[in-house]
Amino acid sequence: MFKFKFKKKKPHGFSQAELGILVFGNTSEVIGAQKALETNGWKIRVMGPPPEIQSGCDLVIEFPLIQELDIIRLLEKLGIPPIEMVPVTGPLLQPVDLFHIKDFGEFLMIRAANMKITVEKSTRLIVNVSGGGCPDVPYLACMMVGKTMAQAPNPLDIGHTLCGYALGLAFKEMEKRCSQW
Amino acid sequence: MLAVVGTVPDPDFPLAVGRVDMVGDRLSIDGKHIWVNRGTPALLGAMVNTLKVLGQKDIIGFIAGDIGLGDGSRKVYQYLVENRFQMDFNAIVFHYLQPDVDWHNKILFMLNDLGKKPVLIADAGFMYAAKMSGQAQAYDLFTPDVGELSFLADEIAPHPFYTRGFILHDDNKVPDLIGRAYLHGNAAKNLLVKGSTDYIADKNGVIFSVNSPIAEAMEAMGGTGDTVTGIVTALAGTGMSISKAAKIAAKVNRIAGFDANPTPATQVSQIVHHIPQALEKVLKESYDQ
Repeated sequence: MFKFKFKKKKPHGFSQAELGILVFGNTSEVIGAQKALETNGWKIRVMGPPPEIQSGCDLVIEFPLIQELDIIRLLEKLGIPPIEMVPVTGPLLQPVDLFHIKDFGEFLMIRAANMKITVEKSTRLIVNVSGGGCPDVPYLACMMVGKTMAQAPNPLDIGHTLCGYALGLAFKEMEKRCSQW
Repeated sequence: MLAVVGTVPDPDFPLAVGRVDMVGDRLSIDGKHIWVNRGTPALLGAMVNTLKVLGQKDIIGFIAGDIGLGDGSRKVYQYLVENRFQMDFNAIVFHYLQPDVDWHNKILFMLNDLGKKPVLIADAGFMYAAKMSGQAQAYDLFTPDVGELSFLADEIAPHPFYTRGFILHDDNKVPDLIGRAYLHGNAAKNLLVKGSTDYIADKNGVIFSVNSPIAEAMEAMGGTGDTVTGIVTALAGTGMSISKAAKIAAKVNRIAGFDANPTPATQVSQIVHHIPQALEKVLKESYDQ
């Protein structure tokens, strides 16, 4: 039989590794965001910022990191976007900003972190979406493959997880490339 | 019996538990039908077609609809924990599921309590949760692609989205990333790293690498990693050693992909069709040797 020593769990059911921090410019924004997020059923916590956070006010909101995309979408809609969103375990970590580009001749593939999008250059048709591990990836692929870049929904609008967010960044980079053709 | 735990991208698909069969291009489970496409359906399709050659073993699916909100994943997790008495499998693979460390830990405790421990394989979201929980070593096999291997190699990244640039960088060689993942305890007992070259590794390093035949377009195709995970699960379920099963699976997936003559626009169901023939070829070569 195997024996486990699990990493410590926080009181509200999430482990440290599953949590992120929202940093805001001032306390009113923190209060507004807290109210909006709690009203929408998110499990969050207002707390003091860790020492690594050098920007923002003296309160931050702890949230389930996997839902970062959903949360940022709501806060942007309400006009109170955070100035930073970082993982609790690595407040200095930044979302992926390194893109891998592969040119297949008639097709171009862009990878951001674990997500890839491939487009036919002549038609700008999305021919494949691959990678990722969260359940919105197959859903996003269903919604996007077979549509042109102009017709396809933006993963940042309909995705829910960090994989969806990464695909959104690859999509954005692809839009940039397409505009140069 | 083999078990597959995963999701399908349909918010209205209810929790379905039962034997999985394939009729034409569609999978059936508990009276419901699913097209073979990227994600858990591609993994299931590959398993069904692998078992056509190996001899029939039942695949029991634990599947729910989930489009990223985690609701379907939680239904599956809850069902597994509440119905632990039904868990009598040779191998079990956890796939496209919402990463959730708390549920992951409950599942692992449940598996630990079983009289007979199945071969444990994790890929996709459940593999992310396994790494985050600090329990990667409880698994017999992880099947990451290179992007996911970078995440396993980054001891502080909570998700591939936050993998640090110096680890993601192209200059990093896969064997180094494998070493780094084991150094920090973030790899399963075995790894099958899917990519332009496939690597089979354990804590001592790379055991095999497979780099032919090569169909470059497969990198762009969604689901080609899911098929290899399905093939290795079916093979490991026969009692074959994990490293041998992984080596055969990598070869079979490459041959099936090559035989499909893919472009970056080809869909994964084309590869699934070619799996039985590719497996027969690889098994024959392996017997001849």
